[in-house]
Parts: sequence; structure tokens; C-alpha cells
Amino acid sequence: MKTFRIGGVHPHDNKIYSAHQPIRECPLPDKAIIPLVQHIGAPAQAVVEKGQKVKVGELIAKAGGFVSANIHSPVSGTVTKIDVTSDAWGMKMPAIFIDVEGDEWLESIDRSTDVIRECSLEPKEIINCIQEAGIVGLGGACFPTHVKLMPPPGKKAEVLIVNGVECEPYLTCDHQLMLEHGEEIMTGIQILMRALGIQKAVIGIEKNKPDAIARMKELASRTLGVEVQPLRLKYPQGGEKQLIDACIRRQVPSGALPIEVGAVVDNVATIYAVYEAVQKHKPLISRVMTVTGKSVEKPGNYSVRFGTPLTQVVAEAGGVPEDTGKIIGGGPMMGRAMNNIDMPANKRVSGLLFLPEAESRRTEPENCIRCGKCVDACPMGLEPYLLSKQAEKKMWDEMEQHDVMDCIDCGCCLFTCPSHRPLLDYIRMGKATVGGIIRARAAKK
Amino acid sequence: MNLIVISLLVLGITGCAAALLLYLTARKFKVEEDPRIDEVQEVLPGANCGGCGFAGCRALAEACVKSDSLDGLLCPVGGAPVMEKVGAILGMTAAASDPKIAVVRCNGVCAARPKTSEYDGVKNCRILHSLYVGETACPFGCLGCGDCVAACPFDAIHMNAETGLPEVDEEKCVACGKCAQACPRGIIELRKKGPKGRRMVVECVNKDKGAVARKACLNACIGCGKCQKECSFEAITVENNVAYIDSEKCRLCRKCEGVCPTGAIHAVNFPPKKPAAPAAEGQQTQPTAQKEEVQA
Repeated sequence: MKTFRIGGVHPHDNKIYSAHQPIRECPLPDKAIIPLVQHIGAPAQAVVEKGQKVKVGELIAKAGGFVSANIHSPVSGTVTKIDVTSDAWGMKMPAIFIDVEGDEWLESIDRSTDVIRECSLEPKEIINCIQEAGIVGLGGACFPTHVKLMPPPGKKAEVLIVNGVECEPYLTCDHQLMLEHGEEIMTGIQILMRALGIQKAVIGIEKNKPDAIARMKELASRTLGVEVQPLRLKYPQGGEKQLIDACIRRQVPSGALPIEVGAVVDNVATIYAVYEAVQKHKPLISRVMTVTGKSVEKPGNYSVRFGTPLTQVVAEAGGVPEDTGKIIGGGPMMGRAMNNIDMPANKRVSGLLFLPEAESRRTEPENCIRCGKCVDACPMGLEPYLLSKQAEKKMWDEMEQHDVMDCIDCGCCLFTCPSHRPLLDYIRMGKATVGGIIRARAAKK
Repeated sequence: MNLIVISLLVLGITGCAAALLLYLTARKFKVEEDPRIDEVQEVLPGANCGGCGFAGCRALAEACVKSDSLDGLLCPVGGAPVMEKVGAILGMTAAASDPKIAVVRCNGVCAARPKTSEYDGVKNCRILHSLYVGETACPFGCLGCGDCVAACPFDAIHMNAETGLPEVDEEKCVACGKCAQACPRGIIELRKKGPKGRRMVVECVNKDKGAVARKACLNACIGCGKCQKECSFEAITVENNVAYIDSEKCRLCRKCEGVCPTGAIHAVNFPPKKPAAPAAEGQQTQPTAQKEEVQA
């Protein structure tokens, strides 16, 4: 069985809590708050006014540039104000506030559950449709999908890699989506293959989801050019570059994008959104989120409309457990602890994890013993011990020489360090600083 | 015997030839350097802190010698006396400069700013700032991890364990600006030290609206503008919901301090204000003495 070749760690997957829980619909909020920054790139520009009535699926904010995404109203009601709200980390972000009245959808949206397999749109039309629907990568990075589908001149996509790995411990939303909406995902894959003008797609799924592998294999056997690649368990297999290496044995060069080796990677949740946008004319207004943790009363997978306060999603799952020490947005490896769960659900939040007090504490760091475990674990072939020391000493030029910009923030180094050194904390800080220096240098030129 | 003579001769001649070669090379490739650079460097403190904006004391010395006037060139460590000496060497007059000092513009002491979360990551302001708002609800205030303390080459800034805020040692601070650069929230500012070290400072940089700022911290500036109205010298501006006192225009009348509803404005190094009971006459005369000083 295949996996990627450099580094990687084996955290306990802890998926039992929410695995195989059917996707449940989270009730609509009374007041929805829709942030204007839900993606990488320029913030979206609001196109509605105070007092305006909106329907579900109506465009409320236009993309602020090429690398940006449209935002559609996930609810129907009246816009009360366009103001700022706090994100999960207490920082301000612009948002549109809507008072929810009923659940009235745009007539153009097909709300039936029938699977429509035929798609006769031209590639350009498909990409346009995806761009209009404001679809971003739902795997975590939130990179606008339409940008990925338009390779720069001279580059040609050869294979579509579908990310059904879900290597983050605890999270199960993609797994459940594959089980429940396999056919839709398969249609979505065909649509994307058509948009890219390619004949081959590989679905990568880790072997801890045997039912998803079986289901997708069964569907793939009826579809031309799509194959399922079961993968050995290893974190961070869901990273773009790691998945390409695992599935088609090609290595993306340092600093380059996957298109360099002819690959386009998309998450299954993104592909499901593509299907809905192209076949059902439904823009991206909701996503499946995992709410999980050892002490959560009703852990599970919830389909949440954007703008719903996370507190409401938590209430659906039985409220915040009493022994909670940390609430993490996303998975335990790459997610970030949140200090405010009043924040509305958005395209970025793939899960909520409640860690008990005893498990949430970080261990006091000790001295580096030069064991080199972090070097072995780094899936990008970097030297985390060195980079973190350089960041500590503010040696930005040296960090750049040692390819800090290749770091994918996966946290393998931190996970594996026997001295519990805060390697990633420093590397991330260094990466941000070096990134700033590189951008300033480019701007000067 | 013969052997010794020959060896001495050979070594002697080789030595002389080498010495001659070195001498001629040194003459030929001599680097002309203004001797005044060395003189100026001698006068400078030699801390190499970079507070002047140059790479070190040598670089400042070179800049001073090259430049036509000493305007804009200042060693913050040595201040006016050192610049006068430099001026004397170069035959120029040093521009008059007011001594400056680093000022921490946050008064979010533990008692005024309740903790809303606990941070157990690396004690580093830069990292903490990139992660989230901080342990309290104020997204502008001091994070208390001591990046400024680590950055100070003069051991002039220390964390006060009681308030959780850094404190500047007025004796040691030379206003090199290292701490101001290190602070990710831009709380530390280099301000005019003022006569006898007296100065008025708004110890808050919270740009949130009044109610929000006040909720996060009892000592926050709420941008009410009372101080601006009270000030007769137009030294105070209120922008982005926070007041700022221009130290060039401020005449140290202390009126603003009295009207500030949250106590965000601080008068530093002033003698205690009019005592409650007219006990000592000596103390009562102080305000008038102070006024005279200001006028002078």
C-alpha cells in the first residue's frame, strides 16, 4: 500500500467518536453573521445594503479580486447592518448581519435530492459557474477553487487528485460525505475532469476508512478514468504535496505549485460543492462540520449554514462538556485553539474539537537533545530544530536559505519532539517574517 | 662558523627585502581615511546599539564626518553632550535635541484587565500576537511576554510582576528604540523626556469604540474627547477612538489629567498634586513654582 516517502508521523486517529454518524442538519439561527473574509486572498466586497431583503443563495458580497471568492447569503431575511465582528481569536473582521426570516430560496436553485449525472457545459462555463458560486478549498486552506482550475500559460494539468484522506485525527466530515454523497462526488470529479480537459483522476483514501474505499471503488468501477488509491495511514497525507507523492509518485519542487508536476488536488468536500454548484445551481452556503471530543454528548457530523453561531452548533451536539480545557477549530494537529465560540460558522471551520483539560495542556519544554527526530518527521525534508533556533535568534536570511517557506505548518516536528520544544511556534513566526521580507523585496523590484 | 654566517646573511637579506616589499605595498595601496572618523568614534559611547539609525558607532562617525551639518544625526545614548563634542571635532554646531525616553503606552494592569483565556504557548509577544487577541480581551494592549525586555541592550526595561506591564528605568533608558521595534503591538513610543523628566502621556492605544474598549480594560482611553476640549494648546488629538498628546505642543498644565474619566492620561514625574489637607505650606507653593518653570 502506498504512502508519501518523506517524513510523517502516526498520531492516534481518534475518529471513533464521530465516525459513521449521519450528517445532521443544524437548525437555522435567528441572526446570521456572515464574515466577508472566508478565504485566502482579498476580502469580498459587500453588495447589499442595510434593510435589503435577501433570499438563500443570493449574492451578498463580490470577490475582491482574482484570488478571492464570492459570498452568498446562507439564509433568507433582512440585512440589518454591515459592521465588524470578532473572529474566534478575538480579532476584528468585517461581516454582514442578517435577521433570519423563514427559509426562502432563490428559484433557480434545484433543491431536490436527485443526482443529475449529465453535464454538457463547456470547460469555461464550468469554471465560471464554480467562480460564481464562491467555491474555495474546503480542506482547510480555503484557496479559491477556480484559480486552481486555470493553470498559468505553459502549464498543463494531467491528473486530478481527489483528497479523501482526512488525515487529521478526530475529523470525520469528509468520510461521512463520501459515504452519503459518493455519487455526487463522482459526478463532481467528472465535471472537474471535463473543466480541466483531462482523462485521469485518482481518489486517495486512507485505509482507516474501508467502507469509504469500498464505496468509492464501486462507483469508480462504473466511471471511466477514475481510480481509487487506498493509502497507508500517515499524517500529513492530506497535504497537497504529500498526497501527490503518495498517489502518483511525483515530487513538487520547492516553492512550486502542484500544477508544476501536472496535478490538481481538490478535497472531496470541495468536489461535492462543485457538483452542487454546477448541477444544482446552489452556491457554497453550507458545509459539513465535525463536532467531536471524548466528552461531547452527541459528537457527529453537522451540515451547517454559514453564519450560524458556533455556539448553536455546539448546543446541537449537547453543549460544551464540563471538563473542556481547549476548544480547537479544525483538527488537533493543524487546528487552532479558539477563545470565542460565538464566531459564526464559515468556509474555514471544518470541525470543532473539545479537548479535556488534562489532555489540552502543553508540556514544559526542555533542552534540545539533538536526536534529529524532527528532521526525520518533517514531510517537507526541512530541519525544524535549526529553523526554530534561527527564528529564536531572528536570523531571517538564514531561515530563507534553509527553505522555511516550504514549511506546511503540519506540526509533525512538534508532535515528535521528545523534549516538547515549541518548534512550530517559532518556525511559523519566522515563516511569517521571512514571507514579509520576501514580499517587500518583490514590491521594491 | 661559515654555515652560521651564511644563514644569518640569507635570512637578513630576505627579511629586509620582505620589509621593503611590505612598505612599498603599504604606500602604494594606502586607503585614505579621514583621521577625524577615528576621533569622532572615540567620543561616541561605543554601545553599537543602532539607536541612531546606523549600523553602529563607526557608521555614525563616518556619516557625521561625511555630512555637511549635524542635523538629523544624533546619538541617543550620548545625547546632546556627545553631539557637542562631535561638533567640536568637526567644527560644526550640533543641532539642539531634546532627550527622549521610551514610554509604554498601556496601563492595562492585571486588576483593570481581566483575563479571558489562558495562553500556554511560547512566552513571546510576536508569536502570541500572531495567534490571537491575547489573554485579555484587549486586542491592542500589552501582551506581557517581555519581547521589549529581551530587546533592550541597556537593561533599562523590566517587567513588573504585579502589574504585568514593562517599566522603563529612566536612569538607564537612552531611547535607542530597540524596544519600540520589538513590540508587535506598537505600544512603546519614544517621547520627549520633558523638563525634569515631566511629561503627559495617554497610556492607552486601544482603537476600539469606547464601550468595547472599556469592557476590555477599565483604564482604556474611550476617545470621549474631553481632554481635547480642555487643552488650551491644541496638543491633544483624538483619532480612531484614542487620544494622543503631542509632546512638542504640550505645556504640562495637567488639565487633561483631571478631566479624563478613565484615568488613561498620566502625569509622570510631577510632584504629588495639591495635598488634600493644607498641612505643609512648602507643598502648596510647588504648583506655582512649577508654572514658572514651564514658562521659563
